[in-house]
Amino acid sequence: MMQECNIVIKVCMGTGGIAAGGTGVVSAFNEEIKAAGINASVEKNCSVHNVGCRGFCARDVLVDVIIDGEKTTYEYIKSDMVPRIVQEHILQGQAVGDWEVKEDYHTFHEKQVKVVLSDCGEVDPEDIESYVERGGYEALKKVLATMTPEETIDLIKASGLRGRGGAGFPTGLKWEFARKAPGEPKYLICNADEGDPGAFMDRSVIEGNPHSVIEGMIIGAYAIGALKGYVYIRAEYPLAVERLKIALDQARQRGFLGNRIQERDFNFDIKIKLGAGAFVCGEETALIASIEGNRGMPKAKPPFPAQKGLWGKPTVINNVETLANIAYIIRNGADWFAQFGTEKSKGTKVFALTGKVKNSGLIEVPLGIALREIVYDIGGGIEGDRKLKAVQTGGPSGGCITADMIDIAVDYESLAKAGSIVGSGGMVVMDETDCMVNIAKYFLEFTQAESCGKCVPCRIGTKRLLEILERITDGRGRPGDMDLLEKLSNDIRSASLCGLGQTAPNPVLSTLRYFRDEYEAHIHEKRCPAGVCKNLLTYSILEEFCKGCTMCARVCPAGAIVGEKKKPHKIIQEICVKCGACFETCKFKAIKKG
Amino acid sequence: MQDIREKILEAYHENEGNVISLLQDIEESFGYLPQDAIDWFSEQLDIPPSRFYGIATFYAQFHLKPRGENIITACCGTACHVKGSERLINSLMRELHIPSGEDTSEDKKFTVEKVNCVGACSIAPVVIINKEVHGKMTADRLMKEIRKIK
Repeated sequence: MMQECNIVIKVCMGTGGIAAGGTGVVSAFNEEIKAAGINASVEKNCSVHNVGCRGFCARDVLVDVIIDGEKTTYEYIKSDMVPRIVQEHILQGQAVGDWEVKEDYHTFHEKQVKVVLSDCGEVDPEDIESYVERGGYEALKKVLATMTPEETIDLIKASGLRGRGGAGFPTGLKWEFARKAPGEPKYLICNADEGDPGAFMDRSVIEGNPHSVIEGMIIGAYAIGALKGYVYIRAEYPLAVERLKIALDQARQRGFLGNRIQERDFNFDIKIKLGAGAFVCGEETALIASIEGNRGMPKAKPPFPAQKGLWGKPTVINNVETLANIAYIIRNGADWFAQFGTEKSKGTKVFALTGKVKNSGLIEVPLGIALREIVYDIGGGIEGDRKLKAVQTGGPSGGCITADMIDIAVDYESLAKAGSIVGSGGMVVMDETDCMVNIAKYFLEFTQAESCGKCVPCRIGTKRLLEILERITDGRGRPGDMDLLEKLSNDIRSASLCGLGQTAPNPVLSTLRYFRDEYEAHIHEKRCPAGVCKNLLTYSILEEFCKGCTMCARVCPAGAIVGEKKKPHKIIQEICVKCGACFETCKFKAIKKG
Repeated sequence: MQDIREKILEAYHENEGNVISLLQDIEESFGYLPQDAIDWFSEQLDIPPSRFYGIATFYAQFHLKPRGENIITACCGTACHVKGSERLINSLMRELHIPSGEDTSEDKKFTVEKVNCVGACSIAPVVIINKEVHGKMTADRLMKEIRKIK
């Protein structure tokens, strides 16, 4: 009987899935199924997200086995586990209970609302048919057949959609400016230069459902009157680039791109531009300079790109997630979209929830949700049940939300009030073992290295900020350093040319505001309370716990640990490089850090 | 050699004369930007080398020196940072005897690079060894992987 069943196996094949061995799992399923002589299709479904993996990359490889519409999801699957699943579940109809996802997999999804990610994982990203089957390109057909460009713009305006790249500018308004701006030809650019460390929303959307972004771009092009579009994408995302290429070819073949789209008087095509590795190119004017083949240096605004952009022509630059929302808004209506979120922040937002949280992954929630729900319900709480210290949002341009502000609503206005930003959607959870001065230094290292060098406040200011932070974390902090940091930060903020410089001091200001005590401990007591800053640490062995197992001596890269077998060991402080390898290796908690 | 250059030149003209794409093609073909290649294109296109170098040194993707046979890329994104990427990098540098300030081992077998974020934060810390992504990396496992190709 089983042979006649409709069996679908979905294997997570995004970057996370592949890293966990997804390719091997797919071929194992193919082999086993062939050997068993049953008729099932192994879809390379779900880039990293949804169903196959539903954003829960930490549990990869995630596999869905769907028999007659009944879905069972397995987690942590390796290729050698596949034969048992095929034997017991597919052939005998008995799911392998031990390997099924547990309760927390479901709580991870319960509070999420999926718009952008609704098809991610359901569709095979390398097959346009599976997107079309789920209603893909219907929105485009509807727009071309029944709406004028102005009506399209009005609909997006009415939905309240704001740019998801960070600044939160109303998308419909941006389109209107470009539509009305004089100058031909006009351009539409998809900004997929997702540079914030700790953010992977755009990568996931492109890997999981590239057609949703392409459809959004075509509709946007129709609305503003653009003939040519670019996707400016990071070269660090090879899989996303590959899938985007495949998707563009398929869209061309199906007549969604090219000349006379859907037999109408509308031409539009999209080209991929690979970024060359410069964070500042996420800034609109720098991105344009980069597409033009120059050093990616920002220009003063105005004129805005919507007036004078690429090659001096009106240009709209939208973020990946923004564009991926468009088709769903057209299909379901502005009111449907606006029902999610708050008065000023409509819709849902995709966040990359990472760091010291139990369930890390890609999530989509209505704007305005309490941060507590994200961290504790969706995220399942803090790893090792340690104490939450802060949630860093908005990457290097953002700030920290402290543990006692955990009930804050996650929307553009509330986070701004707390001194942080929604940003592109990175959300890094930090616990008591994270040093906030170190985190500020980490972000400054980043922005300092990525400063393009055009304007002095950013180029030199960030360098000086970093130097001060370095001396504080090295134990050479001086009494006036905190005031100096604050003053310098404010100067950089107000005098820099572009968003990079204007927001670069945010991590410093935010940690100074909420974690003054940590700065003080570093400066005055030469102590790192979280035990992170290397130069303020010493490792020593607690003789009463040491069993003399020699493990620590073996992992010590510097040869700084001496002692006889079965007798307490000793760390020679002069040789110790403070790498922490012994601390991590010791099973008896005999290494003291402090 | 000459053939490759001619091909790249052809692509340049098809590509709206984009210098970044040109440099990306050179990097892709040679593994870095050799000085003689830059000089050759500079002459062919009548673009001063300074413009090429200006762009090459602006973007992280370009390299002016040859790189190692094996490329190890350590992700330094925020999630990887809080999960100990710095320790991984330090142990790599020690294992491969790469002096500080350098990124390639003396025998040119290994190049260790840092990247801002590869966007695989859920499986942090991440190390990419010759284009293969390894998640949830520990110093121990990393050393085992490295010794396999050493």
